[in-house]
Amino acid sequence: MELSWSDPRLRALVWQIVIVGGIAGLIWYLVANTMNNLQVRRIATGFGFLDRVAGIPIGEHSIEYDPAVHSYGRAIWIGVLNTLRVSVVGIILSTILGTLVGIARLSKNWLLSRLAAVYVETIRDIPLLLQLFFWYAIVQGLPAPRASLHPVEGVFLSNRGIKLPLLQWQDAHSWAFAAFILGWIGTASWARMATRKQEATGIRPRVWPAGLALMIAFPALVWAALGAPFALEMPVLRGFNFVGGLTISPEYGALTIGLVLYTASYTAEIVRSGILSVATGQWEAAGALGLRPGSVMRLIVLPQALRVIIPPMTSTYLSLAKNSSLAVAIGYQDVVSIINTVLNQTGQAVEGIAMIMLVYLTISLSISLFMNWYNARIALVER
Amino acid sequence: MSSTTIGTSTATRTQPPLLVAGPLAWMRANLFNSWLSTAVTLALIYIIARAAIGFIDWAFIHAVWSVPKSAQGVIDPSDCRNMKGVGACWAVIGDKWRFILFGRYPFDEQWRAGICIALFIALFVVSAMRRFWRKELALIWIATLFVIGVLMWGGVLGLAFVPQDSWGGLPMTLILATFGLALAFPLAVFVALGRRATTLPAVRYLCIVYIELVRGVPLISVLFMASVMFPLFMPVGLNPDKLLRAQLGIILFGAAYLAEVIRGGLQALPKGQYEAADALGLTFWQKMRLVVLPQALRMVIPPMVNNFIGSFKDTSLVLIIGIFDLLTAAKVALAEPVWQGYSTEVYLVLAIIYFVFCYSMSRYSRGLEAEFGRSVRR
Repeated sequence: MELSWSDPRLRALVWQIVIVGGIAGLIWYLVANTMNNLQVRRIATGFGFLDRVAGIPIGEHSIEYDPAVHSYGRAIWIGVLNTLRVSVVGIILSTILGTLVGIARLSKNWLLSRLAAVYVETIRDIPLLLQLFFWYAIVQGLPAPRASLHPVEGVFLSNRGIKLPLLQWQDAHSWAFAAFILGWIGTASWARMATRKQEATGIRPRVWPAGLALMIAFPALVWAALGAPFALEMPVLRGFNFVGGLTISPEYGALTIGLVLYTASYTAEIVRSGILSVATGQWEAAGALGLRPGSVMRLIVLPQALRVIIPPMTSTYLSLAKNSSLAVAIGYQDVVSIINTVLNQTGQAVEGIAMIMLVYLTISLSISLFMNWYNARIALVER
Repeated sequence: MSSTTIGTSTATRTQPPLLVAGPLAWMRANLFNSWLSTAVTLALIYIIARAAIGFIDWAFIHAVWSVPKSAQGVIDPSDCRNMKGVGACWAVIGDKWRFILFGRYPFDEQWRAGICIALFIALFVVSAMRRFWRKELALIWIATLFVIGVLMWGGVLGLAFVPQDSWGGLPMTLILATFGLALAFPLAVFVALGRRATTLPAVRYLCIVYIELVRGVPLISVLFMASVMFPLFMPVGLNPDKLLRAQLGIILFGAAYLAEVIRGGLQALPKGQYEAADALGLTFWQKMRLVVLPQALRMVIPPMVNNFIGSFKDTSLVLIIGIFDLLTAAKVALAEPVWQGYSTEVYLVLAIIYFVFCYSMSRYSRGLEAEFGRSVRR
């Protein structure tokens, strides 16, 4: 066989070699420069610094942490946990709010639908960072702890954050929680049994009495049998700040409010277009079968709408997780904020950035995998 | 009521009953059509009225519009202090608007930055008009961006030289967003084509890795990379400007998202177009330039505008690496001791500026979508 430039396979091969070679050369050049620079600046490469004592004060840590004792590695791990804490709560709350707003925008009530539309249009067109600053300024503008707002017994709003009463967790609560999980499983199998019976006889046994008994009454009984302990730990003002109770810090509060309101405006549009994508005939057919409006939504419209909703919802969740990195601007110590401090202290820029990317790629991949699994589960089953 | 005579019979034309047509009927159908709807309407009217009255009270009735300034230029904000929490202090805007809009750009030269803002807006308007959607548009962009560069930097034609460190405010936001788009666009086209190049698997995987890697991480990490790691990449002694590095980060980030949008257009184009171009004996680049890209790009203009809205909002993130954009200018203005604590007013004005830009773009893109949809459905 003769080599000829008019052979497309040869051209493809040459092009690939040229492009890949060029990019590999560029990367090699950059890496060589970096190594050289690191040597000049006397920065040791590698992840050895993770074991060194951190010395970074961290306000919010869900695991034990003392800056004088614990390592950089642990500080970064706390950052990861803080990112997850804000992302998971944000995803749940924004889904709920977004669904409500999306349905409200389709409401027959003109005022409600207009209001939902104004909310969506305004929030989407203002940068999230500006919104975060706005909320943070508002939370910081709350009165000092001594003059804090006190709407309900045990709840205090001040510039040190939101204080809530905390349930003193005892063994009885753990048992009651276990009973609830058992009851949940029981209700689910009862519902499956009801569906089988309905398919066999056409009559569906009632599910809700069993659910009520198994999920509410059973745990309550367990709790009562163990002496019905119930004690709240109330926040108490002592000196200039509160002691006890559950604290939602101003930074966490502002970040969560901002993220939820911003993301919900995107979720609302996705939910709305999902519901609109279900053909009118489906609503009418369901109505003709004699289903009540609630059942039409639950049994006919939502299962079809979900197929349209899930893929864009996945990317909204991904962007929420990525947007949580704006925490660094308002002083919430998420993974980006902590790694940024670490790399300023140690000069380990390459390792730091690589770790940020690794953390977010892992989060993104996990969300994608979960949502793909869910998407496959609800996908249309065709012959 | 009028009566018309048709032939011999007389018909009386009557208005429809009030509850069937007209505003009352509309309200009945849209606001009070069930007891639940009525309850919702009443509750919303109450909430909206309360909020509106509170806002008007704060923003207009009790607002402080200006504060006295002594001959030495010392501001006396006591009027604002007295009304804190009751009325808005718009005096902060009156005092600081030029700083917020233009940042640290030399005061006497700020007309140049103002012209740049006008040029940017004119550029967007021209690009939005369909009669300009042709190859000459690229020339218009290059020429306008060149003029903007001359105006901002100066140093020629008798204009005083202004270094990039002194740029700031709205022109900076517009520069980051527009240059980001203009330079990300060609890169995105190549990456999108590369991702679809089935005959070049190595190039294809390279493009996939680039797109997915960039889309998987937040913009902040890319900006950090540009500001912290980029100096390490360069040969010793060579240290590019901070603005340039941030701009490069924005371009690389935006291109990955834009490439996915363009890929959508390439995929949506019917296969027959590709095959017809091949049948005419066009080379790959002729096929792309003459047949595929003109159609594919036109199809994705609405999502590209949405993409641009996103990157316009995202430019505010450069605050974190210390670039003086609109939001940074506002933060710096608020850091002044006199104006500390009036952030709500300043943030509100900023929100309006961002909103005007983004909302007009999103209205435009929706209008286009409807128009394109019509021609497809016909």
